[in-house]
Amino acid sequence: MGRYVVRRLLQMIPVFIGATLLIFLMVNVMGDPVAGLCGDRQCDPATAAQLRKEFGLDKPVWQQYLTYMGNVFTGDFGTAFNGQKVTELMSTAFPVTIRLTIVAILFEIVIGITLGVVTGLRRGRPVDTSVLVLTLVVISIPTFVTGLLLQLLLGVEWGWIAPSVSPEAPFDELILPGLVLASVSLAYVTRLTRTSIAENRRSDYVRTAVAKGLPRRRVITKHLLRNSLIPVVTFIGADVGFLMGGAIVTERIFNIHGVGYQLYQGILRQNTQTVVGFVTVLVLVFLVCNLVVDLLYAVLDPRIRYA
Amino acid sequence: MRGATHARWVACAAAAALAATACGGGGDGGGSSGGSAVLSASWTDPQNPLEPANTNEVQGGKVMDMIFRGLKRYDPKTGAAGDMLAEKIDTSDSQNFTITIKDGWTFSNGEKVTAQSFVDAWNYGASLKNNQKNAYFFGYIEGYDKVHPETGTQTADTMSGLKVVDDRTFTVKLIQKFSTFPDTLGYNAFVPLPKAFYDDHAAWLSKPVGNGPYTVESYTKGSEMNLRKWDGYAGTDKARNDGVTLKVYTDNNTAYTDLMAGNLDLVDDVPAQQLKNVGNDLGERYLNTPAGIIQTLAFPYYDENWAKPGMDKVRKGLSRAIDREQITETIFNRTRTPVTDWSSPVLGRDGGYDNKLCGEWCVYDPDAAKKLIAEGGGLPGGSIKITYNADAGSHKLWVDAVCNSINNALGKDNACVGNPVGTFADFRNQASQQKLSGPFRAGWQMDYPLLQNFLQPLYYTNASSNDGKWSNKDFDKLVDEANAEANTAKAISLFQKAEEVVRDNMAAIPLWYQNGSAGWSQRLSNVALNPFSVPVYNEIKVG
Repeated sequence: MGRYVVRRLLQMIPVFIGATLLIFLMVNVMGDPVAGLCGDRQCDPATAAQLRKEFGLDKPVWQQYLTYMGNVFTGDFGTAFNGQKVTELMSTAFPVTIRLTIVAILFEIVIGITLGVVTGLRRGRPVDTSVLVLTLVVISIPTFVTGLLLQLLLGVEWGWIAPSVSPEAPFDELILPGLVLASVSLAYVTRLTRTSIAENRRSDYVRTAVAKGLPRRRVITKHLLRNSLIPVVTFIGADVGFLMGGAIVTERIFNIHGVGYQLYQGILRQNTQTVVGFVTVLVLVFLVCNLVVDLLYAVLDPRIRYA
Repeated sequence: MRGATHARWVACAAAAALAATACGGGGDGGGSSGGSAVLSASWTDPQNPLEPANTNEVQGGKVMDMIFRGLKRYDPKTGAAGDMLAEKIDTSDSQNFTITIKDGWTFSNGEKVTAQSFVDAWNYGASLKNNQKNAYFFGYIEGYDKVHPETGTQTADTMSGLKVVDDRTFTVKLIQKFSTFPDTLGYNAFVPLPKAFYDDHAAWLSKPVGNGPYTVESYTKGSEMNLRKWDGYAGTDKARNDGVTLKVYTDNNTAYTDLMAGNLDLVDDVPAQQLKNVGNDLGERYLNTPAGIIQTLAFPYYDENWAKPGMDKVRKGLSRAIDREQITETIFNRTRTPVTDWSSPVLGRDGGYDNKLCGEWCVYDPDAAKKLIAEGGGLPGGSIKITYNADAGSHKLWVDAVCNSINNALGKDNACVGNPVGTFADFRNQASQQKLSGPFRAGWQMDYPLLQNFLQPLYYTNASSNDGKWSNKDFDKLVDEANAEANTAKAISLFQKAEEVVRDNMAAIPLWYQNGSAGWSQRLSNVALNPFSVPVYNEIKVG
């Protein structure tokens, strides 16, 4: 197991370098960001040159990349155009997005898996059909529609919640945004679990367990669920990364100053340092999530090891 | 909105129950946060570090306007420059100025505002090594070329044209005659700075200290700035509320929703999508007035196609092919006003605004348009592409509408198409590096309410924002004469003559004046926008 983890960790290095290089090149292709800093007028040439020098934009791209990576390994992610350190931006944005992601993932796990188990065990019954229809509806409605509608109803019309999240973004304010963010994935988790449960319910080991006279509860949790969760875990694991990087829509609607928002701003302002910095961290998150998923496989099913 | 008060009450209760943030920045019923007359307003993260000479956009400008006062201040209603810290500004030749400042002004940290505070601040702003984006504002002062050379390193740290005479007096020597120079001194770049600014720059940036009606109580970058009324303020325009909380919004739609729900008191940018509802939602609590912003189509004169003789007729023809009335009505819901000249109504008649200057050239007439374009030799290559940045605002909408209008007028389907560029930076890049081959979107937001500011930076040969590289000797001559003219009225009429040269050549096609908009909650009264379309925060009354 230890060797397996080490091997996986080593594999991360080329992925990490490749991904950051790609992003770096992509942002650089967009052109000179200094041009946009002075509004609708041209920056005076001397100041523009000075700014380019300060941000290291006057050097060839490969040199910029090497310097950047060198700095990253010392924990220096550079400075955003508004004078803030990118690490400072990260330290405010990531905790917020992590909280949002935790809320979303909890919804996926608790509601998604519960619904999946319930429907999987009662295939073809009214509960099953209605949940299936419901998940189909959720999947087919875009997030921004759900988000804006819920915000309008709960926030403005009924006044149950504040429509926007405060800068501190505590957990309680993130419940609705988290639910909105989770909604589509939640529907998928429900369907995945349902199918998996329904399939495994007829398998030999479940029949054996029932035949041994084990209590129904034990059969479902220990035998049925544990084996059925493998595809679900894969999905949720990958989803962590997607949720963190892809929360732009939800974050905009609910005024959450998280990773998505910072990335969006960074791209609009062509701020290489911000974009590459945040993406670098997101790449790491993806890699770690994948690793954790693979390790969880081994826990769930001892047959899958050292793949 | 129906039941808005009720909704706010419930939201406040809910927020309190959840131990979340206080409602509307204080709110009624004596919430936990300090004063009761603190209002909350929408804000967007400033693009640059918050320093007076480095702030060139509205969002940072708002804060500067609250925490600083300069020598002059533009009247929020008329836009006229009136004395603020200046006791008198004397000159005999429109080139050498002696400025005396009033006694009794201090910064909020107790430091006295002296002549030195101004001279140091201006030298700091001009110095190349400080990377200040508004440095060119000091370009008229003698010695600017030494502290801010166009290439190479600076050879001086201070400008020779600035001299401190005594605590309250300093002199300014300009490189050329500039009669309206005193009126430019209301701009943010010219405010004084305390010693603390230089002593501990990082600390100052995280909590700016100024001499205005408000002080910064706390500032969380990227999310919120708390400004409180400063009791020691020496000016007559004291704040009429206890403070302002500026909240950063990711989207102006969310800010508007928050206003509807009673979580926010003031929105100064009503989203276009909401303009249909704003009458129902807010009624009298909505404002939509012209600001000192004009949108134009500029042309690349560095491209032979646009510089050859006869092209002015083509440009005039294009101008007449654009149905400004209809576009401002349908696309912008009347938040833009069709142009009548190349300046802005906020200048007023006395300031040089002319509602007849453009005349027939800005009036939609498809037949005349067709004829003019044909006389001028037709569109270069048979069609034009209008370049714009697609990342912000409603540029795509109006560019498509303008193109439709031109296509309809000319009876050709493909006479005009839009040419979107992904980001603003990239668009600016192409425009400033002379890479465009057809008309492109140009916008101008005035720095100070002077006709000079609408003409010189945009159309003077090699001027800072003359992206199309238009050049005309008559225009340059008239501008020089106007700058040298000591009599303001005469200077303005000379500037108008220069503007007529712009018109006769149709150097840029003017489209519309942009309005500023604001919506506010029932707690507020006396809300107004100044000519820069920024709310006059210190005048707002709460409760």
